[in-house]
Amino acid sequence: MKSYPISIKPFGERAVLVEWPEKVSESILADILDFMDAFKELEIPGWEMSVAYNSLTMVYNKDHIDFEETKNMILECQEKQAKSKTERVQHLWTLPVCYDLEFGMDIEETAKTLGLSVEELIKQHTSHQYVVYGIGFLPGFMYLGGLPPSLEIPRRAEPRLKVQKGSVGLASKQTGIYPQDSPGGWNIIGNCPVDLFDPDKEDPCFVKVGDKIQFESISKAEYELHKIEGEVGIYEPEKVVLNA
Amino acid sequence: MLKVLKAGLYLSIQDLGRFGHRDIGVPIAGAMDVESVKKANLLLENDENDAVLEITMTGPTLQFDTDTYISLSGAHIVATLNNEPVDNYTVIKIGKGDILSYGRLEKGFRGYLAVKGGFQSKKVLDSRSQFYPVTQAARLKDGDEVPYEETTDYTPKITEVKIEEHFENTTLKVYKGPEFSMLSDAQLTEIFARPYTVSKENNRMAYQLSELITGHSHSMLTSGTLPGTIQLTPAGRMIILMKDGQTTGGYPRILQLSEESISVLAQKKYGDELKFKLV
Repeated sequence: MKSYPISIKPFGERAVLVEWPEKVSESILADILDFMDAFKELEIPGWEMSVAYNSLTMVYNKDHIDFEETKNMILECQEKQAKSKTERVQHLWTLPVCYDLEFGMDIEETAKTLGLSVEELIKQHTSHQYVVYGIGFLPGFMYLGGLPPSLEIPRRAEPRLKVQKGSVGLASKQTGIYPQDSPGGWNIIGNCPVDLFDPDKEDPCFVKVGDKIQFESISKAEYELHKIEGEVGIYEPEKVVLNA
Repeated sequence: MLKVLKAGLYLSIQDLGRFGHRDIGVPIAGAMDVESVKKANLLLENDENDAVLEITMTGPTLQFDTDTYISLSGAHIVATLNNEPVDNYTVIKIGKGDILSYGRLEKGFRGYLAVKGGFQSKKVLDSRSQFYPVTQAARLKDGDEVPYEETTDYTPKITEVKIEEHFENTTLKVYKGPEFSMLSDAQLTEIFARPYTVSKENNRMAYQLSELITGHSHSMLTSGTLPGTIQLTPAGRMIILMKDGQTTGGYPRILQLSEESISVLAQKKYGDELKFKLV
């Protein structure tokens, strides 16, 4: 696959920002992930990378960097990437969501605004696969793309001071899950009982950028069960390997 | 153990930060004024990354239960050991039961307390820096205990240093941020020609500035942010992200503070004046 054009900008004393064309696109994301794989193969310790949609922030934790030198290293890496493509394992995660009014306090109003019944809203929200375009903002917060236009709704006029951990929300072109209690302005339609960030686990965040998410509607009883299973550490969210 | 008899305004355990986990949205956290922490650790011949206590504005009261040596740095906060005054940048011998009390803030905003060998609280994701929900609490509260190792036989190489405080400075050095080119000539003049003051909204996550500049309608996809990133909101508010700041954001990143200037800003409080200088 041919690589997209990239631009490389300095970002302070020890970081650079690498930008791909400014679009939300699965093929651009795949190109970024290919680049990251190629860069990791260089095995230069001290670099960390984080991706968000069309950009990659690369930080060198050990020292200040020389921008021109770093830029050349990145361009060389991109050339190498075009030649050797590594295989990546990506997953489709099925995450349970309880859309009960107890959790989805905005679901009735949201459905009304969108001209849907609550059942139709749930059906649409659970029938799409969402691509994880980045993890940031809060530990374990996923930037998801692929929301159908029929579910696009503006943020609430007044943000809430506290949105409960696990809350599933809608806001313009985005849907997502609050991984912890947080202030927030999204329209809350349900709650996911799965911990998206757990610092005590060897892998604190099981979802990776490039994975896909599909939501599954569960009852309140199933929600309580998953919550307890999670607390005692026996709950594993369902996953399928995407590119097997 | 160090027992927190009184925590004061905001007391937390910090090292130089939690690196390598930005990809799952974990901010680096760590001491706000790295320069001061390094000096305090250096005096005790500690590793520069050894964990210290970060004291914000009003001081805590702390009791030591075993012998050790400490050093204080950063903001000038009147401090006493068993009611006898103690100074910043000296090696202070501590005996069992000694009580360190902080009083009035004289200069700066954040003080540091380093202990020989560093505080030994549990590491989470390779760091002791407190940041909720990575660590169980964001800060220490009254009655908390922080472990350290006993040191009885230590002869400091240097017992005292005279330090010219980096934070007396009011000029922050900035680099062009990724969206610098969106700024109009008028906005550039506004940013660099006049001083700004720190607003009430200032904490470990971000410092907002009181004065607005001309706003904008530049929209962009969410992208990475760093400590020291200056974001410009559509209303024209400059927000400077600090150590607990989010790892991504959707506002244009117009400028980026030098690391030294992050330490300078960490010592500014509500109402303090500052200027920007492009390097």
